[in-house]
Amino acid sequence: MSRYTAITPEDLHAMLAAIGVDSLQEIFDRQIPPAVRLGRALELPDGLGEADVYEHLRALAARNTSTEDELSFLGAGMYDHYVPALIDMLMERSEFLTPYTPYQPEISQGGLQVMFEYQTAICELTALPVSNASVYEGPSAVAAAGYLAKLHNQASRFVVSAGMHPHTIQTLRTTAHGYGMDVLEVPLRDGVTDPDAWARAIDGNTSAAIFAQPNFYGAVEDAAALSAAAKGAGNPVVIAQVDPIALGVLKAPGECGVDVAVGEGQPLGNRLDFGGPSFGFFAAREEYLRRMPGRIAGETVDVDGRRGFVLTLQTREQHIRREKATSNICTSQALNALAGVAYLTWLGRRGIVELGELLLARTHYARERLAGLPGVEKLHEQPVIREFALRLDGNVAAIRRRCAEQGVNPGVDVQALSGREEDRGVLLVAITERRSRADIDRLSDVLAAAVAAETDASVPA
Amino acid sequence: MSPIDENHLHADPGIESHHPSSGANGSVPALVAAGVRASPLQLQAATTIFQKGAPGRRAFICPDVDVPVLDASEFLPERFRRSEGPRLPEVSEPEIVRHYVGISKRNFDLDSGFYPLGSCTMKHNPRLHERVAALPGHARLHPLQDPERAQGALELMWNLQGALSEISGLPHVSLQPSAGSHGELAGVLLTRAYHEDRGESRHKVLTPDTAHGTNPATVTMAGFEVVKVATNENGGVDIEDLRAKADTDVACLMLTNPNTLGLFDPNISQIAEIVHGVGATLYYDGANLNAVMGLSRPGDMGFDIVHFNLHKSFTQPHGGGGPGSGPIAVSDRVAPYLPVPVLTRREDGTFALDHDRPKSIGRLRGFHGNYGCFVRSYAYICSLGGDGLKDASEAAVLNANYLLARLRQHGVAEYLPLAYGDLCMHEFVLSGGPMKRELEIKTLDLAKRLLDFGFHPPTVYFPLLVEEALMVEPTETETKETLDAFADTIAAILREASDDPEIARGAPYSTPVRRLDEVLAAKQPVIRQALG
Repeated sequence: MSRYTAITPEDLHAMLAAIGVDSLQEIFDRQIPPAVRLGRALELPDGLGEADVYEHLRALAARNTSTEDELSFLGAGMYDHYVPALIDMLMERSEFLTPYTPYQPEISQGGLQVMFEYQTAICELTALPVSNASVYEGPSAVAAAGYLAKLHNQASRFVVSAGMHPHTIQTLRTTAHGYGMDVLEVPLRDGVTDPDAWARAIDGNTSAAIFAQPNFYGAVEDAAALSAAAKGAGNPVVIAQVDPIALGVLKAPGECGVDVAVGEGQPLGNRLDFGGPSFGFFAAREEYLRRMPGRIAGETVDVDGRRGFVLTLQTREQHIRREKATSNICTSQALNALAGVAYLTWLGRRGIVELGELLLARTHYARERLAGLPGVEKLHEQPVIREFALRLDGNVAAIRRRCAEQGVNPGVDVQALSGREEDRGVLLVAITERRSRADIDRLSDVLAAAVAAETDASVPA
Repeated sequence: MSPIDENHLHADPGIESHHPSSGANGSVPALVAAGVRASPLQLQAATTIFQKGAPGRRAFICPDVDVPVLDASEFLPERFRRSEGPRLPEVSEPEIVRHYVGISKRNFDLDSGFYPLGSCTMKHNPRLHERVAALPGHARLHPLQDPERAQGALELMWNLQGALSEISGLPHVSLQPSAGSHGELAGVLLTRAYHEDRGESRHKVLTPDTAHGTNPATVTMAGFEVVKVATNENGGVDIEDLRAKADTDVACLMLTNPNTLGLFDPNISQIAEIVHGVGATLYYDGANLNAVMGLSRPGDMGFDIVHFNLHKSFTQPHGGGGPGSGPIAVSDRVAPYLPVPVLTRREDGTFALDHDRPKSIGRLRGFHGNYGCFVRSYAYICSLGGDGLKDASEAAVLNANYLLARLRQHGVAEYLPLAYGDLCMHEFVLSGGPMKRELEIKTLDLAKRLLDFGFHPPTVYFPLLVEEALMVEPTETETKETLDAFADTIAAILREASDDPEIARGAPYSTPVRRLDEVLAAKQPVIRQALG
């Protein structure tokens, strides 16, 4: 009997008698053929008491350098925003933490209403009329949107901007290979998707035209122009991967001609967790509603006329439609989406705009300050919102190591992430509301010293 | 993966026109006479956060702008600016807390009561796991932190991979997939890569007719054609049908063992031989792994690819429908195709991420997978150890068989017979067919009436081949008293129905809302709050 089970010897005796077997072993002997029984103990360490497990996991945590341990400017998809305490409280409430998918709506109104509110918030953010109840995370949300496009028009190719996050392009390639679609990358020019190459790449065989806003290098794309050009060159589904935190100030996808807006929800009240779990959001124009993947909560009434919520439009889904489903996705990321809607509520109608303006101002300040350092220049001149790319004169890995010795993580080594030759020397710096002007000034000092030291070190004696 | 609810089958027009709630209104004179009145929760009208608050209220106080501010259009040109901000709520922090705590009370949850939802393994979620996952070294670790400065996280992942490998009997593990369905997609894409690398183009994937819906849906997404394999009279794979359908155009057979009937297929070795005989791979849907940990291993049964549901067997909390986590384990011959990056251990004992895997299927998502789930499941494995995991599976099977025995009592078994088999593994499937014919209540009615007694119903109307199916998975963490109370309640509901079936047909009565009009929801979708 472990601490999570409760079968006493007396219970066991009574239970075996009720079942009509002599021993527990007999239950297995009668069902599992000897040839496939393990017949030995699992070779795993012995179980530990609660306090010992805590110490072991604490010791492992202590060997990680978290954003509490250094001044971090890491971003590239996940960001160190402040998560308000009320979100921890809500996510740990048994009523939200421990149920499963609301298969029995009469006893799941809390979770269903959260989904309904979440969908409302995502529709508001994106200025699109329909949202599902969330998908796994950002890059796979783009892949899911691609699958929607394939089902919608059966065309053969995805055209994607090279300004997408490398993980997104890789994920899209993985899944597209399965159902036999090509992925064609359109290069950047001056930091944004090359408009001429974009228009040339798109034709009648283009199933979806996909870009990121802002793009991976921090640049704000001309989303309206990209959408219009795509529609002019063919009839693709226009998909944008959007940073949700920017949407307080940035023109919304729905106002830019985008058909499907998806993205990584982590910046909205979810912790970093070394990359997950978080959630992916998925919003679209009305005409795609019945091809959406995943759960959708809808409003209805009960037999007495009370307002209530249910999972709806389920004939799209795998448990009903099986091989004809619009997606294989089963659960959403309900708990993470709860954090998302609670965070947006906490920010509020004014707060999300104020936060956007703050990020704009600080990011602009940081970019100008850093680009003024010797051996550091802007990668592009495009507007940026909360992240920007620099080109360093020197080995980025070595410069980052020097900064780390000073307790500063200056940002992401882009080439290490993308593997692209043209990204050599590129550093991606992210700013959140947790990084003050003083923090940015410190980054500037440390980075200046590191670049200078690396330049000196690389000069042959 | 997911259970089916008859509600769902009724939900959309075109599947079935009758709706269970139609005409139910006012059909409960017996209860009205018995003094059943609306509960306080029922009197509370559902109001969303968007309907609360007032202009100017706020919870977030933005940090001061501490840098020089130019003309705002200097930062972002007007043409890129939003004309009107998103209409988010305007509420104070106390309002937010009261709102969400209030609606949380309209949820039933595992910490409050028995949740025997078949195929979902609703076992206890230890709070220790939440505590360790929240440690800043885990929770505030950025996924792009240099591997040298995330060695604790990589070691945790390495140890978890090792444990999953030992439990499954397969040598190579990727933790990347986000959920069971994502693990399935990884597995079928691995199968595709394996065959393509051998210069073969295969088009079909076999799935039993008892399979979870995710299996056939995944097969289509991975570009294969689904071919169904029949179930024999004992509830296992029909070997003759399998033999007839297994040819060299078959890429894979996807199987759950024990299957969705809760039965261990005794012919598993023969099945593996047939599948491997035509050069196909054998895929293990790990949804039911909780029955066999430390007892029998998919790798030893002949499976090439396994997915785990960390939110089932390894007690990642279900979160109201996610997050999950769906690691996969594979045999040597499938290993070259695993998703990138692959975690490696250097000779000096440190850990690194290997991206240089030319035969890899690529990435399935961003970063490393749902690390927060890895922390919880690893803590669970550390707590139980090898023997504890075996004990958990044994107790899960014992509890299921005991509950089954209790439901074979007089007054229940006549109406809810076991669909297949005699003993079961971690779950069992009853048929409500006789109940429907003789007591004139459907499985859905029984499920809804259980709500009034504080139980989450079992999975209903799945698997599809069982008439009026009721799929019960008690898990190992329930007490005998709870199982007895549940069995007694089922018996009581059946007795009640033999007196007056209208009571169950009109149920539930005590829940925050009663039966909901799902047809209306699907016909006229309202999926967001209308804003003024």
